[in-house]
Amino acid sequence: MNKRSILSLGAAFLSVYAANSHAAYALNLKTPATEIASQIYDLHMMMIWVCLAIFVVVFGLMFYSILKHRKSAGHVASQFHENHWLEVVWTIIPVIILAGMAYPATKTILAMKDTAASDMSIKVTGSQWKWSYDYLDQDVKFVSTLATSDDQIHNKAEKGENYLLEVDNPMVVPVGKKIKVLLTAADVIHAFWVPEFGIKQDAIPGFVRETWFRVDKPGTYRGQCAELCGKAHGYMPIVVEAMEEDDYNAWIVAKKDAAAAADAGADQEWTKDDLVAAGKGVYEKNCAVCHQVNGAGMPPAFPAMTGSAIATGPLEGHLDIILNGKNIMPAWAAVLNDVDIAAVIAYERNALGNNTGDFIQPSAVKAAR
Amino acid sequence: MSTNTATHHDDHGHPTGIMRWVASTNHKDIGTLYLWFSFFMFLFAGALALGIRAELFQPGLQFLEPENFNRLTTLHGLIMIFGAIMPAFVGFANWMIPLMIGASDLAFPRLNNMSFWLMIPAALLLMTSIFVPGGAIAGGWTMYPPLSVQNPSMSVDMSILALHILGVSSIVGSINIITTILNMRAPGMTMMKMPLFVWTWLITAFLLIASMPVLAGALTMLLTDRHFGTSFFDAAGGGDPVLWQHVFWFFGHPEVYIMILPAFGLISTIIPTFARKPLFGYASMVYATAAIALLSFVVWAHHMFTTGMPVAGQLFFMYSTMLISIPTGVKVFNWVATMWRGSMTFETPMLFSIAVVFLFTIGGFSGLVCAILPVDIQVQDTYYVVAHFHYVLFSGAAMSIMGAVYYWLPKWTGFMYDETLGKWHFWVTTIAFNVTFFPMHFTGLAGMPRRVPDYALQFAEFNMISSFGAFALGISQLLFLYIVVKCIKGGTKADAKPWDGAEGLEWTVPSPAPFHTFEVPPTVK
Repeated sequence: MNKRSILSLGAAFLSVYAANSHAAYALNLKTPATEIASQIYDLHMMMIWVCLAIFVVVFGLMFYSILKHRKSAGHVASQFHENHWLEVVWTIIPVIILAGMAYPATKTILAMKDTAASDMSIKVTGSQWKWSYDYLDQDVKFVSTLATSDDQIHNKAEKGENYLLEVDNPMVVPVGKKIKVLLTAADVIHAFWVPEFGIKQDAIPGFVRETWFRVDKPGTYRGQCAELCGKAHGYMPIVVEAMEEDDYNAWIVAKKDAAAAADAGADQEWTKDDLVAAGKGVYEKNCAVCHQVNGAGMPPAFPAMTGSAIATGPLEGHLDIILNGKNIMPAWAAVLNDVDIAAVIAYERNALGNNTGDFIQPSAVKAAR
Repeated sequence: MSTNTATHHDDHGHPTGIMRWVASTNHKDIGTLYLWFSFFMFLFAGALALGIRAELFQPGLQFLEPENFNRLTTLHGLIMIFGAIMPAFVGFANWMIPLMIGASDLAFPRLNNMSFWLMIPAALLLMTSIFVPGGAIAGGWTMYPPLSVQNPSMSVDMSILALHILGVSSIVGSINIITTILNMRAPGMTMMKMPLFVWTWLITAFLLIASMPVLAGALTMLLTDRHFGTSFFDAAGGGDPVLWQHVFWFFGHPEVYIMILPAFGLISTIIPTFARKPLFGYASMVYATAAIALLSFVVWAHHMFTTGMPVAGQLFFMYSTMLISIPTGVKVFNWVATMWRGSMTFETPMLFSIAVVFLFTIGGFSGLVCAILPVDIQVQDTYYVVAHFHYVLFSGAAMSIMGAVYYWLPKWTGFMYDETLGKWHFWVTTIAFNVTFFPMHFTGLAGMPRRVPDYALQFAEFNMISSFGAFALGISQLLFLYIVVKCIKGGTKADAKPWDGAEGLEWTVPSPAPFHTFEVPPTVK
């Protein structure tokens, strides 16, 4: 076997390993999907090799010493305890190594922070425990929540391939475009992290922060919230689908049509049963995380829905707290549409052990906004 | 420990029984109290960690609902830092600094008593907060608002009060230590003749005095935001949630060095003993310690690289953080040079010390990786960071404490510990530690966030390995307890200087060290 075929065999092993490394025993950063992420990947590899080299030299000496300079081997201790020349050298060499590390890192930082000349902007809002996407140039907005079932989480159903990394409405972006992400939060600090893009940016309530990415290859990229944000912190994934521009445009049209259809629903007359039926899904997706699926809540932080003074009291008060929030209770006006809110009110008043018999029409919700 | 041997001073009639400990103003008794206290906190917070690892053994939720998981991670962090690591070092300071500098006691013995007994209500507040309505504090030991303001449970307020009390205890203790070191050294012991452990504690005490009041300020702002309508951390009232992070980490980064500088001192004491050779580069060790301490006040925002600082800020904090590796590297080189051409033996304290040099350096390298801002963007708030700070705090701080306990047990108890069992403890701890934490580098790089009770399937294998390691690590600490108790009860009598290569005044007094020592100061040449 000549040298070349040994090399290519080695490369083949590596590529097989790299292909598998996405599954079990992944050892390294994910395969980069953006220019920034690949710069980070290279920086990290450089760091690893430099650190490993220093490590081998220093601890090679230490273990040599441990082996040879031991009393049981009859070694007699010398009594030197200073060497100015040596001490100066091993202070200066690290300075040079550090400068070598800082230079490429600085270049990458400058590139990461350059959000100018973007092709489009998406405002991303983190809230407990979901992400909202607002396409500022397109008038498209939607909420994205975990799609993994509760049964999978509680080991009552087999876990799917993308367990905890799947959402109902992914963020969709065109490939090849510089996309500026404007980040903020509604309640506590979250962090928007997509490893393959090399971006992680905190979403801070009351402030807008910026980051950007440009994906070159169509595909599905998965990330997670990276800042502890309460009990369901581990359950607010981010899924980004990068598409060719034509597909992206078609997706935008479809999103707008769906929003128009939902708006039309708000002007219809709904029956109580239809609203309660629709409300079950809205409740379990948005409310049950605190108030629990059965409405028992988790007092004192999260009050019970069953027998609640608000859910069995005047309709106006019930609508108000859902639209505007109070203390920990978030405001849902920007998140849920009129039909959803009317439906969830109907469900909370006529299910979960409550039976007030009353409800409001989506049109009334629209009027109350 | 049995330090109450008959000396000619017993006719003062100090209290016996429980009152001996409650009313003690003796640095050795209070040191013993600190060490036992920290050991029990270590076991308690370690048990919390086993709860964490049990839940993470497999994907899915098995034992803990998410909020309870967050409570465990939060209390584990708070109690390990403030209840286990810090008091352990204070225990060593109490026991050893007067013995090392030839002083009869600390400068303010009654304050010393107060420093210790303040720890007890603080620990009770933290531990009993588990049982209050709303459950224990759950927002992470860093307590970032708005999450920590949002949590209605009174456990958050109990934790704030506990940390205030611990802050007072630390400040009082630090004043005591600084005064003792500056004023009570034996004649002839100039500053540059002090044992390095004394130097590291002197610098640590200044760090404590400078940083704990900053924490107190941050905690007070948090408390008034929670209850008195202020908006320091609430944008709706003109505040900024990130302000907390700046103030907290201005305390928090020096805090990291508070937990590692005394460990450097311990290692610098133990390695020369068993290499039978003086510490290499004593002066540069002192300067490196001071340099690390000064730098610790200008690097805080490297914990906040993802908050979205201006680029100038990001560059400043990246460069300043990278600088820390220079004095830290000097220390590692000095330790290796101390071993070089020595005449080494490998008793348990030396084994722990070598492991600390080796493993702490791994933590140092991963710290340097984290300092490189673009890489930190990928690993911040992932298991990589969990691996990093456990390599620094467990295999740096905790294992140096274990090594130092073995080193001075003969002096404290008058008996030799069981060397065979000590070596077993060392090997099981070291191997289990690495099995637990080394895989976390991989899970972190591959994208597993920290502080999550559940994870994607790709992380399952390494998490299972980590959990196995964690249980072995936890159980092996019961062996440590057994060895220490066995040593207190008896064994081979220890000489005044049981280690032939040891240097220092503490070895000139008998073993066990009498209740009162150095009433007439020794003279140091």
